[in-house]
Amino acid sequence: MTTTKHETTIEASKETPTITIVREFDAPPELVFRAHAEKELYAKWLGPRDIDMNITEWDFRTGGSWAYSAERDGDEFTQFFGSFHEVRENERIVQTFTWRGAPDGASLEFLTLEPLPGGRTRLTGLSVVESFETQAAIMASGMEKGVLQGYEQLDELLAELS
Amino acid sequence: MSEDRLSRVFAALADPTRRDLVARLSSADATVGELAAPYDVSLQAVSKHVKVLEDAGLVSRESRRAPVRLEAEVFDLMTKWIERYQQQAEERYQRLDALLAEMQGSTPSRESSRAEDAS
Repeated sequence: MTTTKHETTIEASKETPTITIVREFDAPPELVFRAHAEKELYAKWLGPRDIDMNITEWDFRTGGSWAYSAERDGDEFTQFFGSFHEVRENERIVQTFTWRGAPDGASLEFLTLEPLPGGRTRLTGLSVVESFETQAAIMASGMEKGVLQGYEQLDELLAELS
Repeated sequence: MSEDRLSRVFAALADPTRRDLVARLSSADATVGELAAPYDVSLQAVSKHVKVLEDAGLVSRESRRAPVRLEAEVFDLMTKWIERYQQQAEERYQRLDALLAEMQGSTPSRESSRAEDAS
């Protein structure tokens, strides 16, 4: 194993309706935090290249709120919104997250930044959703987007299963 | 997969007993009787759970007494969901990697500016 390990790990728990993401970065927590805190920086890495993320509301502080919409070729096709429950500089961001496509749903997200030797950072994101059904739907959403991005093998699989 | 089928799959997997049944069937086929053995519930209750899984297309059996079999394609689908989701998160974080490299290139981090001060 090298010192720069970048693989994202995902775990969908069987015991609780949660999803955990772990990823390490070659930058100190201060910078990783800034990339989440500043609207202009966040917009740079939020969405895939073919999708424009338009941040419509950004009040990054404990008790603040956020909202953004996704556009492709100038057409807005979906929106997301939530609140910043707690912002602790360089350490922790707790926020809610709702996709307007499922307006009754909400997830609670705990993002923690842990300093690693060599000026590196381990990011852990824990999402708590309301049901196992939602957990499965979120996992499946990657598939949906994959189809949108033109992954032919997924189209084939969907055709097989329909 | 149709919306309808997908929501039946989600509903079927929303129940912890049914998820457990699916997990056990992933290692080997089993009859309803065998599936019911470790649980403190009636054969009838387990049979109902199996029926829900069957309606969602997650399992199949040739007759009511025949062993229940997990539909391999559904198992593949679940694995693919997770792989795709993982791949998406990774792509997103690679964009963050690029941004962090850019930030470190143009504005030195606190550690490196301190190092410069000391030199």
